[in-house]
Amino acid sequence: MLTNKVFIKKTKTGGVMKIVREHYLRDDISCGSQAFNKSESDGKEPLEALPISDSKLVPQPHYLIPDTNVVLHQIDILEDPSVKNVVILQTVLDEVRHRSAPIYKRVKDVLATSHKHFYNYCNEFNMHTYIERQPGETANDRNDRAIRKAVAWYADYFKETEIKIVLLTNDADNRKLAVADGLNAFTIHEYVRSLSNMSLIDRLANPLNQMNVNSNSKVLFAEHLGLAEIQKGIRAGRFLQGTLLISRENYLEAYVSVKDQEKMIFVQGLQNLNRAVNDDSVALEMLPESEWSCPSSMVLAEDEGKDEEDEENRAFNEAVVNNKVPKELRQPTARVVGIIKRNWRQYCGILQPSIIKERTRHLFIPAEKRIPKIRIETRQAETLASKRIIVAIDSWPRNSRYPLGHFVRCLGEVGDKDTENEVLLLEHDVPHQNFSEAVLSFLPKMPWTITEDDVKRRRDLRHLDICSVDPPGCTDIDDALHCCELDNGNYEVGVHIADVSHFIRPGNALDQEAANRGTTVYLTDKRIDMVPDLLSSNLCSLRSKVYRFAFSVIWEISPTADIVKTDFTKSIIDSKASLTYAEAQLKIDDPNAHDNLTKSLRGLNKLAKVLKKKRLDNGALSLASTEVRFYVDSETNDPIDVKTKELMDTNSMVEEFMLLANISVAEKILYEFPDNALLRRHPAPPPSNFEPLIKAAESKGFKIDVSSGKALADSLDQAVVPENPYFNTMLRIMTTRCMMQAVYFSSGMLQPQDYLHYGLATPIYTHFTSPIRRYSDIIAHRLLAVCIGADASYPELLDKSKIQSLCNNLNFRHKMAQYAGRASVNLHTHLFFKKRVQDEEGHVLFVRKNALQVLIPKYGLEGTVFLNDEGQKSSSIFVYDEENNTQTAGDVTIHVFDPLIVQLSIDRSNVQHMKLSLKLVKPVIPGFSVQSVNQDQADVTASSSEPSTITTKGTGKPPQKKKKRTR
Amino acid sequence: MAGMELLSDQGFRIDGRKPHELRRIRFKKGVFRQADGSAYLEQGNTKVLAAVYGPHEIRGSRGKALHDKLLINCQYSMATFSTQDRKRRPRGDRKAQEMTSHLKQTFDAVVMTELFPKVQLDIFVEVLQSDGGNYCASVNAATLALVDAGIPMKDYVIACSGSHMRDTPIVDMNHLEESSGGAEVIMAILPRCDQIVFLEMNSRLHEDHLSGVMDHVMVGCKDIFNVLNQQVQDELCQKTELDKIVTTG
Repeated sequence: MLTNKVFIKKTKTGGVMKIVREHYLRDDISCGSQAFNKSESDGKEPLEALPISDSKLVPQPHYLIPDTNVVLHQIDILEDPSVKNVVILQTVLDEVRHRSAPIYKRVKDVLATSHKHFYNYCNEFNMHTYIERQPGETANDRNDRAIRKAVAWYADYFKETEIKIVLLTNDADNRKLAVADGLNAFTIHEYVRSLSNMSLIDRLANPLNQMNVNSNSKVLFAEHLGLAEIQKGIRAGRFLQGTLLISRENYLEAYVSVKDQEKMIFVQGLQNLNRAVNDDSVALEMLPESEWSCPSSMVLAEDEGKDEEDEENRAFNEAVVNNKVPKELRQPTARVVGIIKRNWRQYCGILQPSIIKERTRHLFIPAEKRIPKIRIETRQAETLASKRIIVAIDSWPRNSRYPLGHFVRCLGEVGDKDTENEVLLLEHDVPHQNFSEAVLSFLPKMPWTITEDDVKRRRDLRHLDICSVDPPGCTDIDDALHCCELDNGNYEVGVHIADVSHFIRPGNALDQEAANRGTTVYLTDKRIDMVPDLLSSNLCSLRSKVYRFAFSVIWEISPTADIVKTDFTKSIIDSKASLTYAEAQLKIDDPNAHDNLTKSLRGLNKLAKVLKKKRLDNGALSLASTEVRFYVDSETNDPIDVKTKELMDTNSMVEEFMLLANISVAEKILYEFPDNALLRRHPAPPPSNFEPLIKAAESKGFKIDVSSGKALADSLDQAVVPENPYFNTMLRIMTTRCMMQAVYFSSGMLQPQDYLHYGLATPIYTHFTSPIRRYSDIIAHRLLAVCIGADASYPELLDKSKIQSLCNNLNFRHKMAQYAGRASVNLHTHLFFKKRVQDEEGHVLFVRKNALQVLIPKYGLEGTVFLNDEGQKSSSIFVYDEENNTQTAGDVTIHVFDPLIVQLSIDRSNVQHMKLSLKLVKPVIPGFSVQSVNQDQADVTASSSEPSTITTKGTGKPPQKKKKRTR
Repeated sequence: MAGMELLSDQGFRIDGRKPHELRRIRFKKGVFRQADGSAYLEQGNTKVLAAVYGPHEIRGSRGKALHDKLLINCQYSMATFSTQDRKRRPRGDRKAQEMTSHLKQTFDAVVMTELFPKVQLDIFVEVLQSDGGNYCASVNAATLALVDAGIPMKDYVIACSGSHMRDTPIVDMNHLEESSGGAEVIMAILPRCDQIVFLEMNSRLHEDHLSGVMDHVMVGCKDIFNVLNQQVQDELCQKTELDKIVTTG
């Protein structure tokens, strides 16, 4: 059964190394078809015995074998439900894995989907299909030959049956060789066109090598250098490597953050950008100093509506940037010589309206301004005209002004709430597809019961009076609490966290999916779960009156809130009640209630207050941010009213204990795993960050001391103006803006003094208390479980660099989740103001050179009042005083914190980017401020839609739970 | 997307083996005439040479002699060309010293030492090519060398390694699998008495998985034993056949 082949490989890790690895070849690998061994139907033979052919090209039943490039480029086609019975060769899968992680994941998902009938054939391990690389043969050629060999084997294997084997390859040479061998080989284009499902054609990608766009047209761009040449250049210092970041204001300018170099390098002009797209990893060559340039102050966006011929001419004009830049303004400027790695994703946007309706070639305008327009081919332009669509870039040939792409799918009408929601999820790179079959297969089988074995391994805490306190309508309850008085006067306090790591085992598809998602994303009216619903709202959710698994932290705490003893254990709990914050507050305040639960809550509340005081005395900051809640019309789901959220005692009670649990866990896991504990740090901001804050406070006569967290907290407490109650809150909002981002990290990567969490004033911190909605907490759970011997470790958990790369992903996802959340609030704000124009009271938060930033407390909104109309820059009547930070027009001077009245409306000039526009009403500045709208009129429009006081939660919409702590 | 998939979804390890499958084993006894017993063994790409001298008089200081049993002297070394980077120091480094003492312990447990008081037995092991499982191959090769030398032993002593990957126990790890950072269980057993004479584990493995891995390693050891024993017996039979022909003819 075993044959031994030794193959030799060279890798470049600093130098050349000879690697010898064994490679066993076998003869027991199944072809994966039910046509043979019919009796076995355990899912290991996914290919159907008699596939029905839909193709005019191959009318017989057949299996498809795509080559690597077809999988890489045409995964959209392969994912279509009508494409079935496909053999993915191991050679292909390995190459895909190497070249594109996201596509690899998609292929794996398809392979795991049973009704797709995809099969992964291990041709490299089969003695009949394995081939050795010949001398002088490139790796690519060898793989192509391996694919042909496997196809030939399949064809031979099935020659007795009526099943045909079809090789799909777009490589002309490969196809020719395959046909010469007597195999069926077609391009994916030929094959897809022969199918009855015509809509698939639009989704075909146009990779570089088979571009049919007017190839006689002139070449616009310089050629990209090959990877080998780039690497040589980088080593020699001729080239630099970095990630391209296109400017938001001007799509022809970009900065590149070069590896190991702090300074950003400037790239300007279409020619110099040389087909690089935002986020690509590129190789740069510095221009001679005489050609250095600086960002032009012009705001340049690609115009809509211009004909493309025009634009192509314009491209040349743009390329000729005038070089008369004064010397002192010049910045290091470079040009792109090659692409190291494309970071293309799928983009949302709309079709550019075309003059000729029947044309199949169209331009697509992405919602993200930093992405160029994309040329696509579609026959459904008319139906797609007013729709949001998704497009993927396939290539960008040298003779095309725009990259070429293909249509992926249609999201829905522009302006529709669901469509816009999806757009913002996609634009923030939030994975939000339904969970794949592979992921779902790792869920526990229902009905789920607690076994004897489970009980044996866990501490039984079902007798305790445990309850959970959460926002109303919360279904993913991940924490519960209890408290009881001990005989010695101390308290026993328990924090019980949902034991998600019991259900999500390391390394399986479910785990990988959760690790990739990183966090649950909360939009205003929607929740995108990190783990499937069965876990998040059922098995893991610590609901009342059911037995649930928990990971418990149990302290003995003295009445002065000193921790006497800490104990960690896996447990079974029986929550007695799921309370809302308000309900818990009522219970605590009710003088007649004396049941165990109430006593327990009162104990917790008492201790929490002591804890909070201690924490604040330590220098923890209490910062302000405004969170809003929308009141939604029950019929149309459009927001009717917005309110800022209010906080109760019980909110802070839960928060205190969560902080305490997180800190205790952080200490424990760091002690056991000094190298690879997943912690969270919040670096102290550099003093320069505080300058705007100090300046602003000074204008009102307050001194803000930023020498330490404690000093800052104290001076913030003192800065109170009685006549402006909002002043202190605004200061705190400004302080929040000065802060750094809190991030996850692996303890081995930093010095212990850098572990500090500035905002919470604790030397060490982690996230442990919300494993249902954060992956970081799952890792903390696993680490802690290993510490107490409750679970097994695995290699990735103990590897500090693996933990760090996980942290990097989590940090990215958290940031994106935050942005998406904000974007969602914005979206709802826009929908809210769509029908109305309203005057509101606001406060000036910042004074800028050409604008005022205004905070509207009623909605927790922040907006900008532009002081000069764009386009006519000189006409501003305002004079900016940089020293005192004021703007003066005539006899009116506007300071920071000044109250204003502004008029809110929606600027609809750009279909893709609706903006909230603010106009000044009071103080009245002739020629600038606008008339106040009649308040009554605005109310009429509002009341006509019958405002119901039902909130999002009441309407049966997916409930939300806002993060308790986002720091 | 870094690193390699050590166990694929199809259940293949990186070199095409199934989790429970061993690498190819080939060996030859009596490769040297000078030594009293010798053997050359390949387990996949791990290639080991073992030579046994003695029992003979104590060499060096007489004080080392044990009055009631045989003194086993081991020396483990790795050829300079055995690894990817050329080794600077073929013997005497920490790893080799540790390995030497492990080998000594193992063979103390299996050689019938009480039969040879006050004398010494030398076991020299040289790793010619290393691709994981050096200890295992050394033990197996030394066992064969002892068999070749005709030293009385309780049983064969057979070693094998194993680990736990994606919830499946694997046996006989190669270098790539060893260096992936997972746990490694190394066991030497007496296959016919079901006794463990040596057990070592690197890195962390949860105790729930330990017994499963140990069971599989045990099976792995027995598989190795069958391979070795089969060939030893075959060769023996051939030799007696030959001897018969010589004496009769």
